[in-house]
Amino acid sequence: MGSIFNTQQVINGLQLGSIYALIALGYTMVYGIVRLINFAHGDFFMVGAYASYGAFYIFNSFLGKGTPLAIVVLIFAMVAGGAIATLANQLAYKPLRYKPKLSSLVTALGVSMFLEYFFSAFPLIGASPLGFPEIIHRATFKIGSAMIDNYVIIDIVVAAILMVGLTLLVQRSSIGRAMRAVSQDKDASKLMGINVENIITWTFLIGGAFAGAAGLLSGMTYPRIDPYMGILPGLKAFIAAVLGGIGNIPGAMLGAYIMGLAETFANAWNSLLGAGIAFIILIIVLLVRPTAILGEKTADKI
Amino acid sequence: MGKRKLPQMTLIAVLLYALIKVLSLDSIGALNGYFMIIINRSLIFVILTVSLNLINGITGQFSLGHMGFAAVGAYVSGTITTLVLKLSPDVASSYPIFIGAIILGGIGAAIMGFVIGFPSLRLKGDYLAIMTLGFGEVIRIILNNINYVGGPRGLLGIPKFSTFTIIYAFTFFTIVLIRNLVQSSHGRAMLAVRENEVAAELVGVDTTRYKVLGFVVGAFFAGIGGGLLAHLLQIATPTQYGFYASALLLVYVYAGGMGSITGSIIAAFGLTFLSQFLQLGFDSLSNMTGINFGSEWTMVIYALLLILIMLYKTEGLMGMKEAKLLVIEEGTK
Amino acid sequence: MSALLSIENMSHYFGGLKAVSNFNFEVPEGVIYGLIGPNGSGKTTTFNLITGIYRPTEGKILFDGREITGYRPYRIVHRGVARTFQNLRIFGNLSVLDNIRIARHFNFKAGLFGSLLRTPGALKEEKKIREESMQLLEVMHLQNRALEDAKNLPYGELRRLEIARALATKPRLLLLDEPAAGMNPKEVSDLMDLIRRIRDEFNVTVFLIEHHMKVVMGICERIKVLDFGETIAEGLPEAVGKNPKVLEAYLGKRGA
Ligand SMILES: Nc1ncnc2c1ncn2[C@@H]1O[C@H](COP(=O)(O)OP(=O)(O)O)[C@@H](O)[C@H]1O
Ligand SMILES: [Mg+2]
Repeated sequence: MGSIFNTQQVINGLQLGSIYALIALGYTMVYGIVRLINFAHGDFFMVGAYASYGAFYIFNSFLGKGTPLAIVVLIFAMVAGGAIATLANQLAYKPLRYKPKLSSLVTALGVSMFLEYFFSAFPLIGASPLGFPEIIHRATFKIGSAMIDNYVIIDIVVAAILMVGLTLLVQRSSIGRAMRAVSQDKDASKLMGINVENIITWTFLIGGAFAGAAGLLSGMTYPRIDPYMGILPGLKAFIAAVLGGIGNIPGAMLGAYIMGLAETFANAWNSLLGAGIAFIILIIVLLVRPTAILGEKTADKI
Repeated sequence: MGKRKLPQMTLIAVLLYALIKVLSLDSIGALNGYFMIIINRSLIFVILTVSLNLINGITGQFSLGHMGFAAVGAYVSGTITTLVLKLSPDVASSYPIFIGAIILGGIGAAIMGFVIGFPSLRLKGDYLAIMTLGFGEVIRIILNNINYVGGPRGLLGIPKFSTFTIIYAFTFFTIVLIRNLVQSSHGRAMLAVRENEVAAELVGVDTTRYKVLGFVVGAFFAGIGGGLLAHLLQIATPTQYGFYASALLLVYVYAGGMGSITGSIIAAFGLTFLSQFLQLGFDSLSNMTGINFGSEWTMVIYALLLILIMLYKTEGLMGMKEAKLLVIEEGTK
Repeated sequence: MSALLSIENMSHYFGGLKAVSNFNFEVPEGVIYGLIGPNGSGKTTTFNLITGIYRPTEGKILFDGREITGYRPYRIVHRGVARTFQNLRIFGNLSVLDNIRIARHFNFKAGLFGSLLRTPGALKEEKKIREESMQLLEVMHLQNRALEDAKNLPYGELRRLEIARALATKPRLLLLDEPAAGMNPKEVSDLMDLIRRIRDEFNVTVFLIEHHMKVVMGICERIKVLDFGETIAEGLPEAVGKNPKVLEAYLGKRGA
């Protein structure tokens, strides 16, 4: 092996980064629009994984295994993630929109705890991990010295397609333009006739759907799911979003790939470092530059 | 002005202590061992909650890794007492060492509080919350990886030094000391930082110093609480002190009221008892229906409670008010 | 009369915006000094620079002959500079008395352990601070409000409380940022009396920003007029009031 910086690690890092990127996008979009660190976002990812699990058993009998099934399951995961995110927004975050910021943060913590414990308390699901079924046949092949399986390609490509779609949506569509306007200035957007609450709902819906998709990819790739599976990837994706300058969409993608690579390299070197690297990055980034790589600067006027 | 409330507080505390002691006598049996366990846990959670309130509610900072401080206290004191017990297995004569170990645990946590207090100088609100969460996780991950303290299995075989009397005394002193601090000139400087940082600085308060001080004192008492908990459960594992345990303390602080010591005491007691009763309820429900209702349901209810408090009663049970008994003189908060 | 505050070549930028441009002036000890100028001309920024909230991009600030440029605000307060804010910054959830006591904290000599244990020494210090604070509240006619939450006071009293709180730090220089803002004519004339009284009884130099021409012309002994970060006039009220540049840039527009 020799160096830890070999092709295999780079590929693994990009794969992990793809999953983080899908989660980080929702974090960053929500923060950009409502300035809320949505702690429950990692749990939307978990909900996506369970929805995929359920969808597999519903559709497996008449679709068999393979790409058609995978597409149906993906749609299920995204709908579930989007739905739970929208629901959380409507019930828990919307009433607190103009209250102090910390009350929303604490509420988000409550939503997160609720989802995790509700899933583990629910008799059909339970706290113990479930093995995730093989939706598409797993095939491994070799490129140079690196072992690659088709899941690597699926993860990277699906994430890339979704991200390109999102970028187009944000840049070209009227919803996207409104999103950008709201993230710049909520009040001015209102005066311009934008329905701000509507845009916030879209943001949660899209962010949740992306997290749901990540839940499916993660379930397929690391085939074990449990109600708490969203905590760590959620935190790491959040850190990636901070690294990229929270509120900044390309920044979150970049930050996620950096995070995936850093974690993979660190893990190869030392498992303690691997477990802690995300938090070390967080602490350094926040201390050195609270608004991070591509973020905005704010000043409190006196 | 201002009557001395300490004698009154002490009297009530002693009476309460005597009452619990009498009720728990075998011959009376009103409070069985099961109840005493809950009472002990509640008291320790009072220490943890009040100390978190000092940071979040009084000084206006935000710690989301408070259990990290408790972990330092638990591991430092636990390591010392297990070592001492190995060298001389005479438990009774080890009490002074135990007390010393608990206080050393507090000091260790305070040092950690000093380190973690520094980010608060640059970060506010949600960023600070995330940063402290990160620190808490780092502490947990490090403990997970130190074999000497058992790694993920945790520190085992900690002697059971935390008796009701010891816990009760520590809780009492914690409440008195934090009350004294909050209602002193130093405490008012901390409150000023919470109320308006710029104004505080511009009436001559060294806001840097008081933010860090909030973290140091809060962490010290959290360390004490952690030490007591370890010597009650006779075990300390990294997961006991993880992010969700910290989040639970936050539920207590918000339920009681940010900035109210009284509120924290009531919430820590009330919610610890509530969870036990819920557990009993779910157990009997399981027996009746044959469907298994696990302990997770209690947490589901806690989570809902937190959300409902934030939505409908953000100021918590007590708001910023204190019970008369805890107010040293009028016009102080 | 020697200069209590001297500003030398002070400029400040916010990004590309030059909020304060090459200020040079002195506030002599014992005067009531007025700074006027249209909105956004850099008055509040000048106060923020003097009190250490921002560090000037260029230049020096001297207080009582010693440089304070770049000091942390609380240290500048300890040196003897106090201020009020254009938008009130009261400790709203604390009592009126506590608002004052916090400003007296710099003079609290007991340590942390003294307070934790309520030692006799600490209690003596507490008593001293309480008495001094109550005295100050009496002078400011707020003694009946001492135990109320500050946020429940009417606007006029809040303004007075903020001045009282600034005075509690025992300043030699008191900066008032638009103290008459939002006041009715009666309150304005009371305020003018109060400012004169403060100067005389507390022996402080007063440096104020004000829009109200009546206040400025009525009580200030020296005036500096700003426009877009530049000084356009400076001197005695009568002379400044006749300066054509001032009439055009500021007074003219308001027809005063
Ligand atoms: N913290 C800040 N960041 C950016 N610009 C600022 C800040 N504070 C003040 N300014 C700008 O500096 C200029 C002067 O402001 P200010 O000193 O508040 O004016 P005044 O008090 O004379 O009305 C204004 O253009 C204002 O927008
Ligand atoms: Mg101004």
